[in-house]
Amino acid sequence: MTVRERLRQNISAAFYRHGLLCASYPVPIILFTSASILTCCYPLLKLPLPGTGPVEFTTGVKDYSVPSHEPQGDLGERPDWYRGPPVAYIQQVLVKAAVSPWDSSLVPVDVFRSPLGRVFSLLEEIRNHVYTDRSLETLCLQVTELLPGLRRMQSILPEHGCLLVSPGNYWQNRRDLFDSDPDILKTVHQHEPKGIHTSATLKDLLFGVPGKNTGVSLYSRKRVVTYTITIALSNYDSRFVASLRSRLKQLHPSVNCTLREDHMVHVHFKEEIGIAELIPLVTTYIILFAYIYFSTRKIDMVKSKWGLALAAVVTVLSSLLMSVGLCTLFGLTPTLNGGEIFPYLVVVIGLENVLVLTKSVVSTPVDLEVKLRIAQGLSSESWSIMKNMATELVIILIGYFTLVPAIQEFCLFAVVGLVSDFFLQMFFFTTVLSIDIRRMELADLNRRLPAEAGMPPPPKPGPLRTREAPPPPRPSAHTITLQAPAFRNLRLPKRLRVVYFLARTRLAQRIIMVGTVIWIGILVYTDPAGLRTYLAAQVAEQSPLGEAGLPPHLGVAPVFPGGDPTSTLSVLPAPEPTPLPENQSQGHGASRTGSAPMSSPQISWGSEDEEVWRRLSFRYWPSLFSYYNITLAKRYISILPVIPVTLHLSPQEAVEMRHPQDTQHAPRTSAKTTDIQTDLTLYKVAALGLFAGVVLVLLLFCLYRVLCPRNYGQNGVQHGRRRRGELPCDEYGYSPPVSEISPLLLRGHSMDIECLASDGMLLASCCLAGQIRVWDAQTGDCLTVIPNNGLRRSSSSGCWEHRDGWDPLTPTFDPDGLLGAESRSPVSTAAAGAPDASEYAEPPLRRRATPSRPALFGDQPDLTPLIDTNFGELPSSLTASARGFDFGGLVEKAYKEHEVSPTVHFSPPTPPAPTAPPQRRRSLGDNPVAFPDRISASPGDWDSSVWSMELRGNLIATGRSSGKLELWDAVEGSLRCCNEDGSSGITALAFLNNRIVAARLNGSLDFFTVDTNKPLGLLQYRGPPGRGSVPSSPCYSSEDVISCQLTRSVQCAHQKPITVLRAAAGRVVTGSQDHTVRVYRLEDSCCLFTLQGHSGGITSIYIDQTMVLASGGQDGAICLWDVLTGSRVSHVYGHRGDVTSLVCTNSCVISSGLDDLICIWDRSTSIKLYSIQQEVGCGASLGVISDSLLVTGGHGCVSFWDLNYGDLLQTVYLGQNSEGQHVRQLLVLDNAAIVCDFGSELSLVYVPSVLEKLD
Amino acid sequence: MAETTRVSSNGTAPRGPYISVITNRTTNLLIRGAMLFGVGVFLALVLNLLQVQRNVTLFPPDVISSIFSSAWWVPPCCGTASALIGLLYPCIDRRLGEPHKLKREWSSVMRCVAVFVGINHASAKVDFANNVQLSLTLAALSVGLWWTFDRSRSGFGLGVAIALLATLATQLLVYNGVFQYTSPDFLYIRSWLPCIFFAGVITMGNIGRQLALVSAHQQT
Repeated sequence: MTVRERLRQNISAAFYRHGLLCASYPVPIILFTSASILTCCYPLLKLPLPGTGPVEFTTGVKDYSVPSHEPQGDLGERPDWYRGPPVAYIQQVLVKAAVSPWDSSLVPVDVFRSPLGRVFSLLEEIRNHVYTDRSLETLCLQVTELLPGLRRMQSILPEHGCLLVSPGNYWQNRRDLFDSDPDILKTVHQHEPKGIHTSATLKDLLFGVPGKNTGVSLYSRKRVVTYTITIALSNYDSRFVASLRSRLKQLHPSVNCTLREDHMVHVHFKEEIGIAELIPLVTTYIILFAYIYFSTRKIDMVKSKWGLALAAVVTVLSSLLMSVGLCTLFGLTPTLNGGEIFPYLVVVIGLENVLVLTKSVVSTPVDLEVKLRIAQGLSSESWSIMKNMATELVIILIGYFTLVPAIQEFCLFAVVGLVSDFFLQMFFFTTVLSIDIRRMELADLNRRLPAEAGMPPPPKPGPLRTREAPPPPRPSAHTITLQAPAFRNLRLPKRLRVVYFLARTRLAQRIIMVGTVIWIGILVYTDPAGLRTYLAAQVAEQSPLGEAGLPPHLGVAPVFPGGDPTSTLSVLPAPEPTPLPENQSQGHGASRTGSAPMSSPQISWGSEDEEVWRRLSFRYWPSLFSYYNITLAKRYISILPVIPVTLHLSPQEAVEMRHPQDTQHAPRTSAKTTDIQTDLTLYKVAALGLFAGVVLVLLLFCLYRVLCPRNYGQNGVQHGRRRRGELPCDEYGYSPPVSEISPLLLRGHSMDIECLASDGMLLASCCLAGQIRVWDAQTGDCLTVIPNNGLRRSSSSGCWEHRDGWDPLTPTFDPDGLLGAESRSPVSTAAAGAPDASEYAEPPLRRRATPSRPALFGDQPDLTPLIDTNFGELPSSLTASARGFDFGGLVEKAYKEHEVSPTVHFSPPTPPAPTAPPQRRRSLGDNPVAFPDRISASPGDWDSSVWSMELRGNLIATGRSSGKLELWDAVEGSLRCCNEDGSSGITALAFLNNRIVAARLNGSLDFFTVDTNKPLGLLQYRGPPGRGSVPSSPCYSSEDVISCQLTRSVQCAHQKPITVLRAAAGRVVTGSQDHTVRVYRLEDSCCLFTLQGHSGGITSIYIDQTMVLASGGQDGAICLWDVLTGSRVSHVYGHRGDVTSLVCTNSCVISSGLDDLICIWDRSTSIKLYSIQQEVGCGASLGVISDSLLVTGGHGCVSFWDLNYGDLLQTVYLGQNSEGQHVRQLLVLDNAAIVCDFGSELSLVYVPSVLEKLD
Repeated sequence: MAETTRVSSNGTAPRGPYISVITNRTTNLLIRGAMLFGVGVFLALVLNLLQVQRNVTLFPPDVISSIFSSAWWVPPCCGTASALIGLLYPCIDRRLGEPHKLKREWSSVMRCVAVFVGINHASAKVDFANNVQLSLTLAALSVGLWWTFDRSRSGFGLGVAIALLATLATQLLVYNGVFQYTSPDFLYIRSWLPCIFFAGVITMGNIGRQLALVSAHQQT
């Protein structure tokens, strides 16, 4: 045993045990898995939202220098983007202005008119500020013109000059325009966009504070006007900025201002996703969804396909989330755009394993216990799963050594994702699968419970099925297992399904609800004052990394006492730590209340004013710069500390321009936090990740060891005892010996098979050559061969001696013997003077050459079982003679004569069977008077072919075209008796109990009684006690002498040839070409009803033990009759052309027609449920195995259909070379086997799981 | 009876109107070609967008112009080439008599397309230290694509041949000044171009084989 094999075995065994574990404890395992998913996803909470949130980095102002372009190794805390000069330095002047004290004589406009008016003087001051030789003009960011699409803003935004933005821009920075403006609010609001807007509006842009904080409103209760003057500098000159700051502070001192001025914030903007970029992204997502669709489409044969598909997707998604979470936990920040790499990750991880698992589990034998199925399925796929995983890991490892950071990161994610995906597959998906399969079996169980209720419990079948002891028939309650179907067809009307689906799931309601929720969500999210800005603020607040790198002494937030000047001077290169915002707010609250009495006009400066731009949309800066076609994507800006300016205006001033009063300003608490990004190296992370994976696996292994006992259901055959609370579907104690459907081919006939009969244990078939073979219906062994040549010979020459030749051939007949018989037959015909040697070569030829049946099958070749349907069209001499009324009396008279004379009566009392043949032959030969038909018969008599055959017990009754009725011993192969009372060909036979009913071509109906001379032997059961379990088939032992007596002959049962004959429940039903159906009582041959209702000849009849009678005619109509009253229950037109066969189940009627359509009708309402289109010529073969399983024949195959839904369950191909052959007849045996003939072969198909798990 | 059986088995099984249209051989070929052409044009546009995107500014998001930023004849050329390749692959399979056996499912094809787009994405987005590294990585990825989704010798040979031809054609085009690459490092073009071509050939061949398989299913 090589290492590989040993490994393989070990893996397989491990998977087997694991499968047992998962299927045994589904709920704890799912809980455990969910817990681990949540645990692994927990670090994701700290992650910034994926998207375009800006990233910040804070440095001190004092020692600021423009960062160099070269990456510096030692400065690990610097982010990667902090290189080179920024796009611009932003200097903001935050102006808070109030009219104080507020006078009751002032009007609301005065709140903002005069404060806004001050902006012009401030602007003047800033523009004209000069430090040494530098002025603002030399330092500021020069912008050219606006984008072409922004012409309407041309008058407002600066062009060809410094980028300096303030509310004054509304009035072109001209005081006179402002003074003459009658309505300031209108001017401000005329540029606001209507409706929902996401990015910064012009008002935000110019005021520099969120719209509701400006105070420019008639209804403002705070009465403080806040705005900023934003200056974009291209070069940073610290002395100029400092002098500007001191100058403004000096002019407009802010009394209680404690704003820190030592920090400079660099904001890096990520690449925004434009529409152009969105297209490839959308494409990849479309491909992803197509992939998921095509993958999950393959999930089949489970209870809830969608449920499993969902579980598969959940598995993959949560494994991705887990991998991201784990990577974050170990400090690796995803720098890649998550949305972009996500589809590729899914594709790399793939759904394949999940599907393979499902397929493998589903294809295990359905009758096993659920956990055994899971275990077997897992272990059979274990090797391929492990191999695939190893391959993928190797590929990813190779990718890792490309040493490209992005690819390395991708690979790292993929590795962790793969491992976690494997974990989830093994635990989550397998468990879900086990639950699903258990549900499926439960559902099946529930479905068949009502069917069982009315039935006596069937006896338990023996462990070994042999021919002697076949399992008793089970008329209903079957389930079927099926391996991957070739294709599925949903035959229930589509719209009905859709409607049902909608109704069942209340889909419309839910869609509307979800739509509403999504809509509200979008509204909230896109509202400029709503969630989005909040989220952006949150994102900005929360550092992308944990605080792991922070020195502990900085963990306490410094509290600034009011107006402490030293704090502004302190040079702290370290950033201000995150936590404890309440400390700050407390400190500021204290400073506020301490320094400012409530009565005085109050302009307070809180920590939130330090970085007023944080309260704006994070798209504020990008949109401002984008107006000048400057992108901030992947670049950064540096924001200098804000310069506070406080303006107190007296009421007189306000009144001069128009006026204000007292204000209240309730600042919000908002914590400014910045962080240092700590960065563990990639390699450390990789090592840690691997370590964690190993630990996880070890942990699980230990857990498994603890939970799963060692000797737990090792081999799949033993079954656990019933445990309390366990599901009943686990208790199937029965495992059939054969677990998959494999047809058994019965070869031996040299020509096409004409007749087929079975009683459940034996199977008799007759081919065109007249050869009858008897098969064992269980094993498919050929028991007996009854060749035709002897009979033909004897009938043509009148000499019966000949049969010595074939009599000994009985029970074990091998192909050689058959060949011998076949080779003999031409000789015998030649000796008889019959010229048709060629008839053996080509059956159709022979058929056409037969004078008595010209063109019988010429037009309807595939409907051999329904030969009868076309008798009306035949210009046959026999039918013609029988049809005319003139002959009626004559024939009747002849029959009366027959009844008088003891015609065919075999009464030698003594002879034992082996020695019987000569005697019997003699007796037959001694009764020449008994064969009037032979005298009067046409030349076709010698060639009498078998037209109908029945098998009951071990007697085969054959009806021949010559009108002869023969009884053969099925086992011995000997002729037991022969009745030649009728001259017209027997078109149909029914063999019930000890009566045989024969329908003849001339429309007469003969009732025969089969008698044995030993009355006790009549009901003797076949063979040894082991065979005694067959109650309904009496056996005629070979010792008995059997006689067949014509008890009654109904001469003119029908005016035209009888086409169908069925007998059940003590009734004999005949259908004829004369459009009528007649019902006879079997005991006394009394005609009970003549059922009229068809407008064409009757082609098919169904009657069963429950007295259901259905008939179908050439007009395509199907009638249901009440047998007790003879009334017509329903009448539907179902087919174009003849109805070729009819079957009823408890709930529905199944009909097939010449139009190759199989229709399923509801029996009570006569509504067509659905129809199945068959292949050409295969429409007639049809059988029902149980209430829910339909079998149809096709081209070399039989198909199983679910009757309830019309789904194709499985197609079984009968042989490799049988493609071109139709299945023409299909017989369902009691033991759930199907016999069908195609060409010269018979096929015995067992449906193993039909032996359902009742016990 | 045997005769009639044979006759009826030769006759066509009943089909819906849609399928019966496709069963015509020429029509089938045309439809397949058209589908492949569509896929080729679409992929060319999208991938071109990916390449262009590196330098695209945030504003203005002029979608139309950036979609059609390349010359007008590039997408039709790609479409025609992909149609040819997609029809050629099943044909060669049939000629060589070694039908493609590996994972013939639509989900696998989708996976293949996704990986192809991913390779393009990587070539456009990922910053590589130098061009040799980029080219080697892409070559490895392409061969990996072939190994994962194709694994047939004919596929490999055809892929290499067509990739070389296409590279040669591009060289000629650039040499004659029809268009230019931003930073050529392999004579006149980018060195990763053959790898992309190879991966594209494999992908289109995969799609073409799957389409042929589907139509073959419908015909039998």
